[in-house]
Amino acid sequence: MRGGVIEQERYTCAIGAMQSVVAIPRTVPILHSGPGCGDMIGGFFERATGYAGGSTAPCTNFSEKEVVFGGIDRLREIVENTFKVLDTDLQVILTGCTSGIVGDDADSLAEEFRDEGRPVVAVETAGFKSSNFEAHSAVVNAIIDQYVDLYAEENGRRSEKNTVNLFASLPYQDPFWKGNLSEYKRLLEGLGLKVHILFGPLSDGVKEWRRIPRANCNILVSPWYGLPIAEHLEAKYGQAFTWFPHIPIGANQTEKFLSQVIGFVLAQGAEIDRAKAEAFVRRESAAYYEEIDNLATFLLEFRYGLPNHVHILHDAGYVVGLSKFLLHEAGIVPKEQFVTDNTPEKFQEQIQAELSSASGKREIPIVFEPDAGLAQEAIRKLAHSGRGLIIGSGWDKALAREKDYDFLSAALPSPYRLVLAANYAGFSGGLRVIEDIYHNVLATYR
Amino acid sequence: MSKVNLSLPAVQIREIRINSITGFQGGAAELVSCARRGIKDNPRSFTQCVGCASSKAACMTILVQDGAVISHGPVGCSSCYHEFAFTYRVNSPLRGVETPTQRKIYSTNLTERDTVYGGNGKLANAIREVYERARPKAIFVLTTCAAGIIGDDVESVCDEAEAELGIPVAAIFCEGFRSSVWTTGFDAGYHGIARKLIKPPRKRRDDLINVINFWGSDVFKDWFAPFGAKPNYITPYSTVESLARSSEAAATVQACSTLGSYLGAVLEQEFGVPELPTAPPYGVAQTDRWFRALGKLLGKEAAAEQVIAEKKAEYLPKIAAVRERIRAIKPDGELTAYVTGGAAHGHALLSVLGELEIKAAGAAIFHHDPLFDNGEPDSDQLAQRVKDYGDVPNFNVCNKQEFELVNVLNRLRPDLLLARHGGMTLWGAKLGIPSLLIGDEHYAMGYEGLVKYGERILETLENDEFVKNLERHAVNPYTDWWLRQKPNTFLTRKENRACAAV
Repeated sequence: MRGGVIEQERYTCAIGAMQSVVAIPRTVPILHSGPGCGDMIGGFFERATGYAGGSTAPCTNFSEKEVVFGGIDRLREIVENTFKVLDTDLQVILTGCTSGIVGDDADSLAEEFRDEGRPVVAVETAGFKSSNFEAHSAVVNAIIDQYVDLYAEENGRRSEKNTVNLFASLPYQDPFWKGNLSEYKRLLEGLGLKVHILFGPLSDGVKEWRRIPRANCNILVSPWYGLPIAEHLEAKYGQAFTWFPHIPIGANQTEKFLSQVIGFVLAQGAEIDRAKAEAFVRRESAAYYEEIDNLATFLLEFRYGLPNHVHILHDAGYVVGLSKFLLHEAGIVPKEQFVTDNTPEKFQEQIQAELSSASGKREIPIVFEPDAGLAQEAIRKLAHSGRGLIIGSGWDKALAREKDYDFLSAALPSPYRLVLAANYAGFSGGLRVIEDIYHNVLATYR
Repeated sequence: MSKVNLSLPAVQIREIRINSITGFQGGAAELVSCARRGIKDNPRSFTQCVGCASSKAACMTILVQDGAVISHGPVGCSSCYHEFAFTYRVNSPLRGVETPTQRKIYSTNLTERDTVYGGNGKLANAIREVYERARPKAIFVLTTCAAGIIGDDVESVCDEAEAELGIPVAAIFCEGFRSSVWTTGFDAGYHGIARKLIKPPRKRRDDLINVINFWGSDVFKDWFAPFGAKPNYITPYSTVESLARSSEAAATVQACSTLGSYLGAVLEQEFGVPELPTAPPYGVAQTDRWFRALGKLLGKEAAAEQVIAEKKAEYLPKIAAVRERIRAIKPDGELTAYVTGGAAHGHALLSVLGELEIKAAGAAIFHHDPLFDNGEPDSDQLAQRVKDYGDVPNFNVCNKQEFELVNVLNRLRPDLLLARHGGMTLWGAKLGIPSLLIGDEHYAMGYEGLVKYGERILETLENDEFVKNLERHAVNPYTDWWLRQKPNTFLTRKENRACAAV
C-alpha cells in the first residue's frame, strides 16, 4: 500500500470499517478510540447512522488519562452499559490508533464477555494499520471467528447445497451497496440459490451470519478487497469460492457473472435446474435489451451533443466494471482511468489485464493513484476531442466544471448526491447508470 | 489572570484554562450562579461518539481562502474535511467570493511503520510537496492522536519548513485525546494563527471590526455601516493577509462567544484590539445592549441610539405579529420547545425562544464555559438569557450524548425541537416533534433575525405531517429500560450540584 501524502481522500482509515458493523441489522459498533473517530467516519460517509452508528455508537473517547494508564477498564464499563442502554444483538469493538499505540487488549476483554455468554467481538482497526477497504475483511473475519463459529455445531458446514454466501459491495464505501446487494440477491435467487448477503435491510441480521457455515460455497465479487474473507472461509469451513473480478454492470457482464456462478455452483454439487436458471437469465436480458433499443435511438439521433469519452475516478471494481459497460453498452469510450482505492501492488497487474480485456481494439490506460489530487492534476493536463464525462466523487465536480465536462457523482465522498437504495450492479444497474449519465447531460440543456 | 501565552506551541486546554465542563443536569440559573464560584465537571460511565478538536481546528483553517491544510496522521483523521470544502463552495456567495477555489486538504497518511520510526520526515516532505503543488500563502499542520502519542516534533518541523519556504507554517496542536471539550480545537487553530499569521499592528483602523464567526450570512456589513466601519470576517473566508491585519481593527465582536473566546482574548491582550464586552445580539434586550456597547467602544453612542431606534420602529411591530401568530397555535396552553446545540449558540436560541414567548422546556447544550477567556461576565449568553427571560429547567450539559437527549425528549415531549448540529434533529422527528435546524448562525441575530427565525418556527410547526408519519415508523435502538431511567443515571454524581464550593 502506498504511504505518501494523500490529497482529497476517497476512502478512510481502518476504523471506517465500523460501517460494515453498522450495516448488519441490530448490531452496534463500539469504538475504543479517541473522541472524534466516529465523527470523522460519519462525516466521510454522511447519512450513515444505520441502526446504531453515528452519534448512537458508544465510544470510550480516549482522554489523556487513558493514553497514560490504558483504557481497558473504561472499555469494560462502556460495553457493560451498552447492554443496558441499547437493544442490540451483537456488539463489535473496534479499536483506534490510541488503543493500538498504548496496547490495550480488547481481544481478551471481548473474550471475558463471551465467556459469560454475551455476544461481543473485538477487532483491531487502528487507523495507521490499513484502509477501510482492508479492514472490512478484518471485521468480517473477526465476527466469523468470535461469533459465527460459536454456533457452528448447530449450523453444519456446507449442509445446504443450494445456499451461498455473497461477498461483494463494501457497505457504505460503495455508495450503491444496499441496492447492489439486494440486486445480487434477487438475481442469484432467480438461479434457484439461497443467498446470504449479510449486510443491509434485506439480510437477516445475526441469524443469517450464524448460518454462514451452512452455505455450500461462496461468491466473491471484487477487484481485490474481501479476498481474505473468502480465503478464510475456505480454510475454516471448506467452502470453495468463485471470484468475479469487478462489479458486473449491464447485460454483458451480468450474463458472464451469472454464467460463472451457474457453472461453479453446479460443480460444487448444488442442485439447481440449469435450464431454468438460464431461462431466468435470458428473460432478464431480454427486458434489458428492450430498453437498449430505446437508448440506441436516443444515442444515434440526439443532435445537440452527448459525451463521447469518460475518465473515471473510483475503486478498481467500478473503474473496470463501468469502463467495460460504457464502452460496449453506451458507446462512451473510456480514456485514462484512475483507481483511487490504494490497491495493493500485488493485485494491480491482474486488474490492468482485466481492463485490457475490455477491448481488442484499444488500450485503456489505468493509473493506480490513491492521491486523488495527483489524479486530478493528470486529468487537468489531458485533452481529448469531443464532449467528456467524469465519473467520480464530489471532489471531482469542480474539475469537471473546469474542463467543461459532464459529471456524474458515483463515488465517495460526495455531498452532491443522495443515494438510498439504487443499484449499479446487474442488468437494472446498467440501465440506472445510463439514466444517471443522460439525466445529467440532458439537464445541461436549457 | 490571562491564560494567553503565545510563546508556547500548544494552547492550554479549555477544561484547565477556563474551567469548561461537559456534564451537568439541573437548572440554567443554578449553572450560571456557579460560574463565579468555581464549577465541577460530572463525567459519565456511558458515552457515545463525540466531536473531535481536530475538525474544529480544521474548519477554521480550511476556509482561509489562500491557505492549505495538512492533517498529520492516518488518512482517517481528515476524512470528514470534504464537508468543509463543500461549505466553502456553497457559502462563498454570502461572502462575495465569486470563484471559490478548490480547498487544499492533505493527509500525511501515517502508517504503522511511521508509528514505529516516527513521522517527522514524512511531515517535512509533505509540507514541501504541498507547497510545490498548491503554492499556498500559509500552511496549517493539524496534529492527530497518533502523531501526538508517538511524539513527533511537529513544532520544529514546521519552524524549519517555514524558514525554508518563506511562508507561515503553523503547527496546530489539536489531538482529540488532549481535551474532553472539543471546542479546544477552535482555540488550537486560533493559537496557531495568532502565533504565525497575525502581525503586530502598524496602525489602528477605526473602519474595520473583526467578526469571529463560522460561515453565516453577511449581516454585519449593514449593521456596521452606520458606524462607518465594515466587518473583517475571521477566520472562514479570510485571507492570510486579512488575518495578518486583523490586529489593526478597531474592535472584535463574536458571532458565537464559545467559538471566538480565545481569539478575541488574544487579539485584545496581545494586539490591543478591544473585544466587545457583551454577548452576541440575540433577543431584543441583548440586541439593544450590543449596539450600545458597540457605540460606546467606537465612541459613536449617538449612532448606536439612532440604529436602535430605527430598527426597533421597523421590527418590533413585526416581532409582535410573529409572537401573536405563534400564540395562536396553542391558544389554551403554553407552546414548549427544547433546544440542543453547542454552548453560546444554544443559549442564544434559548433567548430567541424567550423573546417569542415560547416556553423553554429544557436544553441539551454540548459543553459549558463558566466564563470566557475575556473574563467578562456580560459575555455569558446563558446569564443574559436567564436575566432577560427567566430560568431554563432541565438544562443538560450533554457532551452531545444522544442517549440522554432521547431520554429527555421522550419525557418532555415538547412541541418543537431547535437544533444547531447535525445528528440531533433526527431524534425530535422520530418522536414526532417538529424539528428545526438552521445552519446559518447569524440567522436569528438582531431585531430582524427574530422575525426571520419566528417565521421558520411557524413553518416548522405548521408542516408537521412528515414528522408525524416518521414517528409511526421510527426505529428505536434504545432499550425500554433506558427510557424509564432518569436521564442522569450515568452521571457520576447524581445530586446535580455543579458548584465546586457546594
